[in-house]
Amino acid sequence: MTRTLLAIDRVTKNFGRIAAVDDVSLAIRENEFFALLGPSGCGKTTLLRMLAGFETPSAGKILLDGKDISAVPPNRRPVNLMFQSYALFPHMTVRANISYGLEMERLPAEKIRARVDEIMATTQLSQLADRKPEQLSGGQKQRVALARALVKRPRLLLLDEPLGALDKKLRGAMQMELKRLQHEVGITFIVVTHDQEEALVMADRMAVLKDGHLLQCDTPHEIYERPADRFVADFIGVMNFCEGSAEQYGVRAANDALIAGTLPDDLSPGSAAIAAVRPERVALSPTADIANRVSGTVEALAYHGLDLQLHIRTALTEKPFLVRVTADAANRRPVKAGDTVEIGWAAEDTRIFRN
Amino acid sequence: MTSRSTLLMAPALAWLTGLMVVPCALVLALAFFRRGIYGGVEYTFTLENFAQVFDPLYAGIFLNSARIAGTATLIAVVIGYAAAYAIAAAPRHRQPIYLFFAVLPFWSNYLIRTYAWIVLLNREGLVTQFLRWFGYTGEPPSMLYTEGAVIAGLVYNYLPFVILACYAPLSRLNPELAEASRDLGGSAFTTFRRIVLPLTLPGIAAGAVFVFVLSIGNFVTPALLGGGRFQMIGNLVYDQFLTANDWPFGAALSMVLIAIMMLLLTLQAFAAERASGRATVREEAV
Amino acid sequence: MNRAILVAVFAFLYIPIAVLVALSFNEGGLPTVWSGFSFKWYVSLASNNDILSAALNTLIVAIVSTAIATLLGTLLALGVEMRRKRGSALEALIFAPMIIPDIVLAIALLSFFSMLDVTMGLHTIVLAHVVFNIAFVCSVVRARLKSFDWSITEASADLGASAVTTFRRITLPVILPAVVAGALLAFTLSVDEFIIAYFTAGAGRASTTLPMQIYSMIRFGITPEINALATIVMAVSVIALTLSQRLNRGMIGQ
Repeated sequence: MTRTLLAIDRVTKNFGRIAAVDDVSLAIRENEFFALLGPSGCGKTTLLRMLAGFETPSAGKILLDGKDISAVPPNRRPVNLMFQSYALFPHMTVRANISYGLEMERLPAEKIRARVDEIMATTQLSQLADRKPEQLSGGQKQRVALARALVKRPRLLLLDEPLGALDKKLRGAMQMELKRLQHEVGITFIVVTHDQEEALVMADRMAVLKDGHLLQCDTPHEIYERPADRFVADFIGVMNFCEGSAEQYGVRAANDALIAGTLPDDLSPGSAAIAAVRPERVALSPTADIANRVSGTVEALAYHGLDLQLHIRTALTEKPFLVRVTADAANRRPVKAGDTVEIGWAAEDTRIFRN
Repeated sequence: MTSRSTLLMAPALAWLTGLMVVPCALVLALAFFRRGIYGGVEYTFTLENFAQVFDPLYAGIFLNSARIAGTATLIAVVIGYAAAYAIAAAPRHRQPIYLFFAVLPFWSNYLIRTYAWIVLLNREGLVTQFLRWFGYTGEPPSMLYTEGAVIAGLVYNYLPFVILACYAPLSRLNPELAEASRDLGGSAFTTFRRIVLPLTLPGIAAGAVFVFVLSIGNFVTPALLGGGRFQMIGNLVYDQFLTANDWPFGAALSMVLIAIMMLLLTLQAFAAERASGRATVREEAV
Repeated sequence: MNRAILVAVFAFLYIPIAVLVALSFNEGGLPTVWSGFSFKWYVSLASNNDILSAALNTLIVAIVSTAIATLLGTLLALGVEMRRKRGSALEALIFAPMIIPDIVLAIALLSFFSMLDVTMGLHTIVLAHVVFNIAFVCSVVRARLKSFDWSITEASADLGASAVTTFRRITLPVILPAVVAGALLAFTLSVDEFIIAYFTAGAGRASTTLPMQIYSMIRFGITPEINALATIVMAVSVIALTLSQRLNRGMIGQ
C-alpha cells in the first residue's frame, strides 16, 4: 500500500511492577484507518496516551515520519487526540473550542475563522457555533470534539472510544460518518475500541491486544477468518469450540470423533488442541462430501431478521452448538425445538489452536 | 409527607427565626433610629447613622480596613490556591489526608491561633531569635503591633478556608480538559490561564469574598496583633456597642458590613453563572 | 514543585502552633530560652480558680447547646430532605448562621436580649450557640441524607412498620454516624466560640467562658500558663474533630 507513517518500535510501559504495554511493535501506514482492539485493561489506552504524549514509554521508540517523538511533549506533536469524555471546554462556545488549537499555532484571526468555518461545515456544526457544550446532545458533542482535533490538520488523529458514549442506533450512523470524514480529510486515524464489531466495520487494519501484548495485527477479514489464537478467535465474532488432542489430520474430541482440519505449524500431534468453527460455516443436513458431521437435538431457535440462530445439543461439546442459517435455508428445511438434525462443516472451515 | 416535614422543621426554624431573623431585623431597624442623649435609643426615624458612615473620619477607617483586608485576601488566595492545586495534584488516596490537615487549624480556637503569632513576633520571640542566630545583633525589629502583623494573622487564620474553597473546583475539574488543551498545542502556562483558572475562578471568588468580609469585620486580630493601632470595621462596631454606647451607629455599621458581603456574593454568583456556560437569551433565540 | 508547596504551606500552618505547644512544656517559662521539660505550667493551671470556673462554664454551654442543636438540627435535616420541592428562602435561612459575620450576630443578640430585658448569662450564650450549631449539624446530616435511599423507609412501611419504628430501626441507624459527627463538630465550635459569647454573657465574671478568659489573659501579655491552656484546648478540638471526621468521611470538605 503506502509508506509507514508511524512506527511503534518495541514499546513497553511499566506502571510500578505492572507492564501495561509489553514490547509492542506496530507500523501504521499513511491514510490508514487503524483500530486498536482489546478488552478493558489490555493496554490500548496506555498505548494511545503514549502516542499523544501524555505518557513516555519505559522502553522502545515511537517514530513519526521516521523521527523519534517519544520525548516530545503533547503540545509539540502533530498528533491530536479525541478524548473519550470529549473533554470539551465547558466555558467556551463550540466555535471557541474549535478555534482554540489554531490560536495555539498563532495563526492570523481571519485564517482561523476560515478554517473553523470550513470544518464546522464539514462536520455539520455551523448552526451550533455559539452554543456552549452543555447545550449539545451526545452526538453533537462528539462532532465538536472531532472538529476540534481535525481543524489542526494533524498528521495523525487518535480517537479514544469515539462512539462509546453514544446510544446504539447513533453509533451505527457515526461509524459510517467517521469513515466518510476520514476519507474526506485524508488524515490517518487510530481508533481505540473494546467493541469488536465497531473495529470490524470501520478499520482498514486492526491490532488485537491483551494484557499489554500484541496478539495479532491484520485486516479485519484476515483476523476474522484466520485468528492467531484461541483468544482472538473468541474475542472477534462468535465461535464454536471443541477441546481435544491434536492428530495429524485434525483434533480428536472427547467423544472420540475426529474433527478434520489443518494443524497450525506450531502444533504437533499429541498436544492439547482446540478446534473451532464459525456458526455461519455450519450447514444443516450436510451433503455427503462434508468431512465433519454430527447429529444433535435442536434446543432453541432465535430469529435475527435475515438469519436464524439454532442451539443444537450434540455429543461433541458441553455447550450447545451454535449454527447460523439464512432465512432462505430455514424456509427450505423448517426446524423446530426438539427436532433431531444433522449438522456439518468442511475441513477447511475448521480452525485449530493450541490449548 | 409535607405536613410531617413541616413538623420536623418547625422547632429549628422557630429557633432560627426567634434568635437570628428577629434580632437581625431589630439591628436593621435600630440603624434608622437616633441615638439617645445618655446612650440608649431614641425612637425617631433618621438616616444620620448612614451619613455618619461616610463621614471622612469613618470613611478613612473603612478604606483602611478595606486595604488591610484586601491585602490579606490577596495573599491568602495566592497561597491557598497554590496549596489547593498541589493537594488536587497529589495521588487520590492522599488528598483527603492532606485536606484534613490543611483545614484542621481552621476548626481550632481562633484566639489561640492569633496568640501563636504574638509568641512568634514579639520582641523576644522566635523570629527575633532566628535573626540573631543568623548573626543579627541590632535592636530587635518591631514586628508586633504593625499592619504586617495584622495581615499575617488574618492570612494565617483564613488560609485553611481558602484552601478548602479552591480545592473543591480544582478536584472536580476533569483532568482531561487540561490534557486536551496540551494536545491542541497549549503550553502549561496557557493551559492554566485559559482552561484551569477560568473554570476554578468561581471557587476562588467565593473563598475570597468570605475572607474579605471576615477580615474587614474582624476585631480580635487588630486588637491583639495590631495593638489597637489599626481599626477595622469590626473594631468600630465593637466600640459602638461596648464602649461608646452608640448602638444605632453600630447597627448601621454592621448593616453596611452585611451589604458589602451581599454585594460581593451577588457579584460572585453572577460571575459563576457566566463562567459555567448557562444558556443566554441570545443563544436561546437561535 | 507541588511537594515544595505542600511542605511550605504545612510549615506555615503548623510551626506557630508547634512553637506554642513546645513552650508550654518549657520549665523556665520564658519564650526565648529552653530550660528543660516540665509539666509545671499544667499543674499551675489546675490551681487557677478563674480558669477552672471558665472551663466549667464552657463545658456547660458546649454540652447543653450541642444537645439542643443536635436534636433540632437533625430534625431539620430530615424535614428538609423529605420535602420534594426546594425553597431558596428556606435554604438561605438554614445557611445564614454559617455565613453571617460573628460580630453581626453578636450585636444583634445583644440588642435583642437587652431590649427584652433578659438577664444575660450562660443561658443566653447557650441560646446563641444553638443558632449556628443548628446550621452545622443540619449540613452534616443533610450531606448524609443526600445519598439516603428513601425507598427503604417505604419498604419498611410496606412490611408493616409504623413511622416511629421505621425511624428507629431504619433511618436513625443509617444517619447516626452523621448525627454524632455533627454533634462533635458543634461541641468543638461551641468550646472555641468567643465573639458571640463575649457579647451575650452579660456583665460579671460568673459567666466567663474559656475563650473569654484566654482573651483577657492574652491582652495582659504572654504567660506560660496560656501556652499550657492553649495546648489543652487545641488537643480537645483536634481529638473531637478527628473523631468527627472518622465517623463521617469528607465532612470537613462540606
